[in-house]
Amino acid sequence: MPFHRTCKEVTALVIAREDRQLPWRERVALSIHMKLCEACPAFERQVITMRNAMRQWRNYEDPDLAVPDQRKAPN
Amino acid sequence: MTPTSAPSFEQQIVDLHDYLLKFARLQLRNHAWAEDAVSETVLAALAKPQAFEQRSQLKSWLVGILKHKIIDLLRQHGREVSTSPASDDDNTDPLEWIAYQADGHFTEAPADWGNPEQDLRNHQFMAIMEACTNKLPATQGRLFLMREWVELSVEEICKDLNLTPTNLYVQLHRARLRLRACLELNWFAKPVSP
Repeated sequence: MPFHRTCKEVTALVIAREDRQLPWRERVALSIHMKLCEACPAFERQVITMRNAMRQWRNYEDPDLAVPDQRKAPN
Repeated sequence: MTPTSAPSFEQQIVDLHDYLLKFARLQLRNHAWAEDAVSETVLAALAKPQAFEQRSQLKSWLVGILKHKIIDLLRQHGREVSTSPASDDDNTDPLEWIAYQADGHFTEAPADWGNPEQDLRNHQFMAIMEACTNKLPATQGRLFLMREWVELSVEEICKDLNLTPTNLYVQLHRARLRLRACLELNWFAKPVSP
Protein backbone atom coordinates (compact mmCIF):
# COMPACT_ATOMS: atom_id res chain seq x y z
CA MET A 1 0.00 0.00 0.00
CA PRO A 2 2.17 2.84 -1.24
CA PHE A 3 -0.05 5.58 0.19
CA HIS A 4 -0.71 4.06 3.57
CA ARG A 5 0.64 6.09 6.49
CA THR A 6 0.17 5.55 10.23
CA CYS A 7 -0.93 8.38 12.51
CA LYS A 8 2.60 8.55 13.83
CA GLU A 9 3.97 9.10 10.34
CA VAL A 10 1.25 11.64 9.61
CA THR A 11 2.09 13.55 12.80
CA ALA A 12 5.67 13.93 11.57
CA LEU A 13 4.49 15.01 8.11
CA VAL A 14 2.12 17.66 9.47
CA ILE A 15 4.99 19.09 11.53
CA ALA A 16 7.47 18.89 8.64
CA ARG A 17 5.07 20.76 6.38
CA GLU A 18 5.56 23.89 8.50
CA ASP A 19 9.15 24.11 7.29
CA ARG A 20 9.37 22.41 3.92
CA GLN A 21 7.28 21.39 0.98
CA LEU A 22 6.47 17.69 1.10
CA PRO A 23 7.12 15.45 -1.91
CA TRP A 24 3.95 14.80 -3.91
CA ARG A 25 3.72 11.19 -2.75
CA GLU A 26 3.62 12.32 0.89
CA ARG A 27 1.07 15.01 0.09
CA VAL A 28 -1.24 12.46 -1.49
CA ALA A 29 -0.77 10.01 1.38
CA LEU A 30 -1.46 12.81 3.86
CA SER A 31 -4.71 13.90 2.26
CA ILE A 32 -5.97 10.31 1.98
CA HIS A 33 -5.16 9.68 5.64
CA MET A 34 -6.92 12.89 6.72
CA LYS A 35 -10.13 11.76 5.05
CA LEU A 36 -10.11 8.41 6.82
CA CYS A 37 -8.83 9.34 10.27
CA GLU A 38 -10.53 11.26 13.07
CA ALA A 39 -7.56 11.89 15.30
CA CYS A 40 -5.11 13.33 12.77
CA PRO A 41 -7.31 16.24 11.62
CA ALA A 42 -7.48 17.26 15.30
CA PHE A 43 -3.70 17.27 15.43
CA GLU A 44 -3.59 19.29 12.22
CA ARG A 45 -5.97 21.89 13.72
CA GLN A 46 -3.66 22.28 16.70
CA VAL A 47 -0.71 22.92 14.39
CA ILE A 48 -2.73 25.49 12.42
CA THR A 49 -3.71 27.23 15.66
CA MET A 50 -0.03 27.39 16.60
CA ARG A 51 0.81 28.80 13.17
CA ASN A 52 -1.86 31.52 13.42
CA ALA A 53 -0.95 32.40 16.97
CA MET A 54 2.75 32.67 16.07
CA ARG A 55 1.89 35.02 13.23
CA GLN A 56 -0.03 37.32 15.56
CA TRP A 57 2.72 37.15 18.12
CA ARG A 58 5.52 38.11 15.73
CA ASN A 59 3.49 41.00 14.36
CA TYR A 60 3.70 42.49 17.83
CA GLU A 61 0.03 42.08 18.44
CA ASP A 62 1.10 41.42 21.97
CA PRO A 63 -1.68 40.78 24.47
CA ASP A 64 -1.94 44.49 25.25
CA LEU A 65 -2.78 45.24 21.67
CA ALA A 66 -4.61 42.07 20.73
CA VAL A 67 -7.45 42.66 23.14
CA PRO A 68 -7.57 46.44 23.33
CA ASP A 69 -11.17 46.64 24.50
CA GLN A 70 -10.44 44.98 27.80
CA ARG A 71 -7.81 47.53 28.64
CA LYS A 72 -9.60 50.67 27.66
CA ALA A 73 -10.17 52.42 30.94
CA PRO A 74 -13.18 54.72 31.13
CA ASN A 75 -11.99 58.32 31.27
CA MET B 1 7.59 69.75 30.45
CA THR B 2 4.08 69.72 31.84
CA PRO B 3 2.76 66.44 33.18
CA THR B 4 0.21 66.16 30.37
CA SER B 5 2.63 66.56 27.46
CA ALA B 6 3.52 63.48 25.44
CA PRO B 7 6.77 61.74 26.42
CA SER B 8 9.75 62.69 24.24
CA PHE B 9 11.02 60.44 21.47
CA GLU B 10 13.98 59.51 23.68
CA GLN B 11 11.75 58.73 26.64
CA GLN B 12 9.47 56.55 24.54
CA ILE B 13 12.45 54.54 23.36
CA VAL B 14 13.77 54.13 26.88
CA ASP B 15 10.31 53.00 27.98
CA LEU B 16 10.39 50.17 25.44
CA HIS B 17 13.76 48.90 26.65
CA ASP B 18 12.33 46.06 28.73
CA TYR B 19 9.97 45.02 25.97
CA LEU B 20 12.89 44.75 23.53
CA LEU B 21 15.00 42.91 26.07
CA LYS B 22 12.29 40.31 26.55
CA PHE B 23 12.36 39.41 22.85
CA ALA B 24 16.16 39.56 22.63
CA ARG B 25 16.50 37.15 25.54
CA LEU B 26 13.89 34.82 24.16
CA GLN B 27 15.71 34.67 20.83
CA LEU B 28 19.34 34.72 21.97
CA ARG B 29 19.13 32.73 25.24
CA ASN B 30 22.15 34.63 26.46
CA HIS B 31 21.80 37.62 28.72
CA ALA B 32 24.98 39.42 27.63
CA TRP B 33 24.15 39.05 23.93
CA ALA B 34 20.61 40.24 24.56
CA GLU B 35 21.86 43.35 26.39
CA ASP B 36 24.23 44.06 23.48
CA ALA B 37 21.51 43.69 20.87
CA VAL B 38 19.13 45.99 22.75
CA SER B 39 21.79 48.63 23.49
CA GLU B 40 22.79 48.72 19.84
CA THR B 41 19.15 49.00 18.84
CA VAL B 42 18.52 51.91 21.19
CA LEU B 43 21.70 53.70 20.07
CA ALA B 44 20.83 53.22 16.40
CA ALA B 45 17.32 54.55 17.00
CA LEU B 46 18.52 57.58 18.94
CA ALA B 47 21.10 58.36 16.27
CA LYS B 48 18.53 58.41 13.48
CA PRO B 49 15.26 59.79 14.78
CA GLN B 50 14.53 61.08 11.28
CA ALA B 51 14.37 57.47 10.04
CA PHE B 52 11.25 57.05 12.14
CA GLU B 53 8.59 59.07 10.39
CA GLN B 54 5.56 57.96 12.33
CA ARG B 55 4.93 55.61 9.44
CA SER B 56 4.70 52.76 11.83
CA GLN B 57 4.36 52.22 15.50
CA LEU B 58 7.53 53.08 17.36
CA LYS B 59 7.44 49.57 18.82
CA SER B 60 7.48 47.80 15.46
CA TRP B 61 10.15 50.14 14.12
CA LEU B 62 12.40 49.27 17.07
CA VAL B 63 11.66 45.57 16.83
CA GLY B 64 12.63 45.76 13.15
CA ILE B 65 16.02 47.25 14.09
CA LEU B 66 16.41 44.72 16.90
CA LYS B 67 15.89 41.81 14.51
CA HIS B 68 18.78 43.01 12.34
CA LYS B 69 21.04 43.36 15.37
CA ILE B 70 20.03 39.88 16.51
CA ILE B 71 20.83 38.34 13.13
CA ASP B 72 24.27 39.97 13.26
CA LEU B 73 24.89 38.51 16.71
CA LEU B 74 23.66 35.06 15.73
CA ARG B 75 26.01 35.07 12.73
CA GLN B 76 28.87 36.27 14.87
CA HIS B 77 28.35 33.47 17.38
CA GLY B 78 27.33 30.91 14.75
CA ARG B 79 28.88 27.80 16.21
CA GLU B 80 27.80 28.48 19.77
CA VAL B 81 24.29 29.27 18.63
CA SER B 82 23.64 25.91 17.02
CA THR B 83 25.73 23.68 19.26
CA SER B 84 24.81 24.60 22.82
CA PRO B 85 25.50 21.65 25.09
CA ALA B 86 22.43 19.48 24.70
CA SER B 87 21.05 17.43 27.54
CA ASP B 88 19.83 13.91 26.82
CA ASP B 89 16.35 15.29 27.07
CA ASP B 90 16.98 17.72 24.19
CA ASN B 91 17.90 14.81 21.99
CA THR B 92 14.75 12.84 22.55
CA ASP B 93 12.17 12.92 19.81
CA PRO B 94 8.98 14.37 21.34
CA LEU B 95 7.09 12.16 18.91
CA GLU B 96 7.84 9.40 21.41
CA TRP B 97 5.84 11.26 24.08
CA ILE B 98 2.65 10.81 22.12
CA ALA B 99 0.88 7.53 22.83
CA TYR B 100 0.35 5.47 19.71
CA GLN B 101 -1.02 1.98 19.44
CA ALA B 102 1.13 -0.82 18.07
CA ASP B 103 -0.24 -0.17 14.59
CA GLY B 104 0.82 3.49 14.75
CA HIS B 105 -2.63 5.00 15.41
CA PHE B 106 -3.29 7.52 18.16
CA THR B 107 -4.22 5.88 21.46
CA GLU B 108 -6.16 9.02 22.32
CA ALA B 109 -7.08 11.74 19.85
CA PRO B 110 -5.36 15.11 20.27
CA ALA B 111 -7.48 17.58 22.25
CA ASP B 112 -9.72 20.11 20.59
CA TRP B 113 -8.16 23.46 21.53
CA GLY B 114 -10.91 25.49 19.92
CA ASN B 115 -9.74 28.66 18.17
CA PRO B 116 -8.08 30.49 21.04
CA GLU B 117 -6.07 32.67 18.64
CA GLN B 118 -9.28 34.11 17.25
CA ASP B 119 -11.33 34.78 20.33
CA LEU B 120 -11.13 36.59 23.63
CA ARG B 121 -8.98 33.94 25.22
CA ASN B 122 -6.26 35.15 22.86
CA HIS B 123 -4.46 37.01 25.65
CA GLN B 124 -4.16 33.87 27.78
CA PHE B 125 -3.17 31.64 24.89
CA MET B 126 -0.42 34.01 23.74
CA ALA B 127 0.99 34.20 27.27
CA ILE B 128 1.11 30.40 27.53
CA MET B 129 2.65 30.10 24.07
CA GLU B 130 5.35 32.59 24.98
CA ALA B 131 6.10 30.77 28.23
CA CYS B 132 6.24 27.44 26.37
CA THR B 133 8.59 28.93 23.75
CA ASN B 134 10.81 30.14 26.55
CA LYS B 135 10.99 26.61 27.93
CA LEU B 136 12.40 25.12 24.73
CA PRO B 137 16.01 23.90 25.01
CA ALA B 138 18.39 26.73 23.99
CA THR B 139 19.42 25.57 20.53
CA GLN B 140 15.92 24.46 19.56
CA GLY B 141 14.49 27.71 20.86
CA ARG B 142 16.91 29.86 18.91
CA LEU B 143 16.40 28.00 15.66
CA PHE B 144 12.63 27.94 16.10
CA LEU B 145 12.50 31.70 16.70
CA MET B 146 14.82 32.41 13.80
CA ARG B 147 12.13 30.77 11.68
CA GLU B 148 9.04 32.08 13.42
CA TRP B 149 10.00 35.43 14.85
CA VAL B 150 12.89 36.72 12.72
CA GLU B 151 11.19 35.01 9.74
CA LEU B 152 14.31 33.63 8.10
CA SER B 153 14.02 30.89 5.51
CA VAL B 154 15.52 27.46 6.08
CA GLU B 155 18.19 28.31 3.47
CA GLU B 156 19.13 31.54 5.26
CA ILE B 157 19.40 29.88 8.67
CA CYS B 158 21.53 27.05 7.26
CA LYS B 159 23.83 29.55 5.56
CA ASP B 160 24.11 31.85 8.59
CA LEU B 161 24.86 29.04 11.04
CA ASN B 162 26.53 26.58 8.73
CA LEU B 163 23.95 23.85 9.34
CA THR B 164 22.69 21.19 6.97
CA PRO B 165 18.97 21.33 6.16
CA THR B 166 18.55 17.82 7.62
CA ASN B 167 20.06 18.95 10.89
CA LEU B 168 17.86 22.05 11.00
CA TYR B 169 14.70 20.07 10.18
CA VAL B 170 15.37 17.69 13.06
CA GLN B 171 15.72 20.59 15.50
CA LEU B 172 12.62 22.35 14.21
CA HIS B 173 10.61 19.11 14.35
CA ARG B 174 11.57 18.68 18.01
CA ALA B 175 10.89 22.32 18.85
CA ARG B 176 7.43 22.31 17.23
CA LEU B 177 6.40 19.04 18.88
CA ARG B 178 7.68 20.21 22.26
CA LEU B 179 5.77 23.44 21.94
CA ARG B 180 2.64 21.52 21.03
CA ALA B 181 3.04 19.17 23.99
CA CYS B 182 3.50 22.15 26.33
CA LEU B 183 0.39 23.85 24.93
CA GLU B 184 -1.64 20.64 25.15
CA LEU B 185 -0.68 20.37 28.80
CA ASN B 186 -1.07 24.01 29.79
CA TRP B 187 -3.81 25.21 27.52
CA PHE B 188 -6.15 22.30 27.30
CA ALA B 189 -5.77 21.39 30.95
CA LYS B 190 -6.73 24.94 31.88
CA PRO B 191 -10.39 25.48 32.61
CA VAL B 192 -11.91 27.71 29.96
CA SER B 193 -12.68 31.06 31.50
CA PRO B 194 -15.10 33.48 29.89
